[in-house]
Amino acid sequence: MFTATANQFTGVVNDQYNKVEYYFHYKKTNESLAKATERMYNKLKEDFELPDTGSKIMVDSIMVDSLERFRKYRYYNAKVVANSVVAQNNFIVLGRGAAQDLKEGMGIIEPNSGVVGIITEVSNDYAVVMSLLHKDSHISGKLMHGGETGTMNWDGKAPNILTLTGIPRSAKVAKGDTVVTSGFSTSFPKGMLIGYVDEIIAEKSTNNYTLKLRSAANFYDLEFVYAIENKQAEDINKLLDKQTH
Amino acid sequence: MNTLVKNIIRFAFFILVQVFVLDKVPPLHQMVTPYIYFLFILWLPFRLGRTWLMLIAFAVGYTMDGFRHNYGFHAAACVLIAYLRPFLINLLIPQEGADTNYEEPSMKSMGGTIPYLVYTGVLTFVHHGWLFLLEAWQFGNVWYFLVKTLLSTAVTLLLIIITELLFVRKQKFRTNTV
Repeated sequence: MFTATANQFTGVVNDQYNKVEYYFHYKKTNESLAKATERMYNKLKEDFELPDTGSKIMVDSIMVDSLERFRKYRYYNAKVVANSVVAQNNFIVLGRGAAQDLKEGMGIIEPNSGVVGIITEVSNDYAVVMSLLHKDSHISGKLMHGGETGTMNWDGKAPNILTLTGIPRSAKVAKGDTVVTSGFSTSFPKGMLIGYVDEIIAEKSTNNYTLKLRSAANFYDLEFVYAIENKQAEDINKLLDKQTH
Repeated sequence: MNTLVKNIIRFAFFILVQVFVLDKVPPLHQMVTPYIYFLFILWLPFRLGRTWLMLIAFAVGYTMDGFRHNYGFHAAACVLIAYLRPFLINLLIPQEGADTNYEEPSMKSMGGTIPYLVYTGVLTFVHHGWLFLLEAWQFGNVWYFLVKTLLSTAVTLLLIIITELLFVRKQKFRTNTV
């Protein structure tokens, strides 16, 4: 309650500052949005033509989901109004809040699907995101190639280097491999980019690797992000709560 | 200008400089995080009692925490230096009554550059030390904490000296004989 008021206040101040700062980022913001649009265009159904003449494209009238009963994820765009990389625990503030459909626990990605963080607090018009650059951010990551999962965290040092622990040594890892979200948590869908393997360290005491990742998102330069709502999150969390009680 | 009005403006100015200038500058190095906002506490008038100093320091620290979305860290460090401030001033003030003749701590009222630098130096070190210790407890790295405290204190002191040179605070000599 009290922090929500404080968030609303600092949000307004940050918003004013960002109105000026944003002008200096137009070029980069525009480039990243253009890239994102290109990626979306390449996913269109019209881009693919099946050589198989036996198959016919037809609209399944049952599956036109006008009531959105089958929708699992919904994306909301949001403007970043404040961002920090210098602290030990970094937070990002979005200029969109509970009154505009954002909720606690939603995952945040940047336009080119690099994972940015998770919403931890919302006030009416602002949301506070725990950045990946925070000691408490543990996101489940997966090697895109082999499929082994581990936990991602941040050691509090360089703002573009993340750590992935818990990858067994049996995994085949090479420098430059992509690490994506596993989809096990309710915050992120499968396959959002976390980072690229930069250094492979074999842990002495366990049978695991510790991987240093270059982050996919550029934390220095965030202007627009997308909040991901998982429509099934409530049900899943209810079930999980039952298990713990 | 009225002392209260002056300090309210200072409060806003220091917080804004810290949040929108120092925190936005790309870090020199991961070991160096400069802070200047707590200079507000060092500049508060002599005549404020310890209770008031600590209450005001809490407000400053809490505002700073609000912008960092991480409550308690700056508030703790600020209250600590507000508590220590009267001790240091009593030790360093040159002659009896200087703290009633001048309004607030400065190079002139503390009787020279050296006592003032000791005053700011010690409190900066304590502030940074406490702040980074709280952070280091989360990450658990002793060397990181020590090196970071020393380097950041050095950079902050440099910033304080620059601030003192840029913004000359006129200190009127007052006597308490009316």
